[in-house]
Amino acid sequence: MNIRLISSAASVVALLGVFASPVVFSASHGDMLAEGQRLAFDRKLGNCLTCHMIAGGDSAGNLGPPLIAMKARFPDKKVLRAQIWDSNVKNPASAMPPFGRHNILTEKQIDLVTDYIHSL
Amino acid sequence: MRKLLFAVSTALAVGLVAPVTATASSPQQDLEEFRAYFYNKFPNVPKNDFINGVYSIDKDSRVQWENMEEFPVYEDSVAKGEELFNTPFANGKTYADCLKGGGIGTRQMYPYFDSDTGSIVTLEESINKCRTDNGEKPLKYKKGPIAEISAYIAFTSRGNKFNIKIPDDERALAQYEQGKKQYYMKRGQLNLSCADCHYTNSGSQARSEILSPSLGHVTGFPVFRHQKWGELGTLHRRLGGCNANIRAKPFKAQGDEYKALEYFLSYMSNGLEVNGPSSRK
Ligand code: HEC
Ligand code: HEC
Repeated sequence: MNIRLISSAASVVALLGVFASPVVFSASHGDMLAEGQRLAFDRKLGNCLTCHMIAGGDSAGNLGPPLIAMKARFPDKKVLRAQIWDSNVKNPASAMPPFGRHNILTEKQIDLVTDYIHSL
Repeated sequence: MRKLLFAVSTALAVGLVAPVTATASSPQQDLEEFRAYFYNKFPNVPKNDFINGVYSIDKDSRVQWENMEEFPVYEDSVAKGEELFNTPFANGKTYADCLKGGGIGTRQMYPYFDSDTGSIVTLEESINKCRTDNGEKPLKYKKGPIAEISAYIAFTSRGNKFNIKIPDDERALAQYEQGKKQYYMKRGQLNLSCADCHYTNSGSQARSEILSPSLGHVTGFPVFRHQKWGELGTLHRRLGGCNANIRAKPFKAQGDEYKALEYFLSYMSNGLEVNGPSSRK
């Protein structure tokens, strides 16, 4: 139990270390977008393809609108992030999971997904 | 123009939320609204065809499914169910002696409200009550022998029309309302309700799965799911699966929650024919 706690604390520190390290700061914009895409497509994480057609994604569903021309539809990236964080603010009956409010994705993961979706 | 759009979208939002909070409507009114919604959404589906789940609305999988049903995989299970049904308990009594109406041809009346106990009684529960009343051990609720016996009883009831009654009794109405609430309530980490997938978005695709309409949802149970189960399973097993998919803790099979939900769902299928057991991809 204690060991677990310590090791998970250690990995948090390690993770923070990684994020703070110059490696990430120098990671190309492209790498960040690729990571955002991975998070958005992963069935255990964003799994956005369950409901949205996204260019480059396989077997997409259609409960929600296709995610295309996002900059035109969401000139303000903050509005896009808010939709992903909690879709129920705009539409209480939304079938879209509240990824932030229900801790489905971390804040960092939501940032990465938002950047990726905004690039579509 | 802006104002108009806003008014329309508010109306839409209210419309979507309404079924959740509307408790003033009677079960009969709910049923009419429920059916009308699906008839309107799928105008080309013959009314009794909703008993075929997703195959009622998807032509492509319909053909494969019809081929599947020509040599039904559940045939053996029905035969086993018949054998179990006819095998006397240690005390010499049989299921036919203790099930309502002798069991055969009775699928369409389950679940029913028992005014003596004030509770909802499902077919699977009745099978187990028969057993325990006669000194036998109860069966597990999700698969195996109980699904086989249930399949046999459904098979002998094919073509009979669902006829679920909600008597004018506060206790019956309360359980109906509880089931209705379950149906419209968002649950789980993914925050989805049954209605999100099988009402509002029925006919849409989640990944490559077309979402079946809830009208007729219960008529074909138990079902044999080829890919996921490779065997027969009961309705409550299926409900548990749908809840797990949205990362909600499934309720207990034959617990109060799923019994109430089954009561609501079955009432919503009133007038449709029993066609269980069925096969599913
Ligand atoms: C279970 C279904 C479902 C999942 C999973 C889902 N969405 Fe949605 N999404 C919807 C629906 C339905 C809408 C339509 C608007 C509403 O009701 O909120 C929507 C709307 C949106 C919109 C607004 C589009 C517009 O033009 O207004 C964005 C952006 C979006 N989703 C992004 C995402 C992202 C990113 C993910 C994954 C991290 C995701 N969605 C996962 C169902 C889903
Ligand atoms: C995330 C979407 C989703 C939610 C939420 C959901 N289901 Fe399902 N359900 C499915 C999918 C996908 C299937 C398999 C395809 C089909 O038959 O619709 C299915 C199948 C079923 C079936 C089997 C239908 C048949 O003909 O074999 C029943 C019954 C059912 N769901 C009831 C429910 C109920 C009741 C709830 C709420 C407790 C619920 N579902 C919640 C997605 C969902």
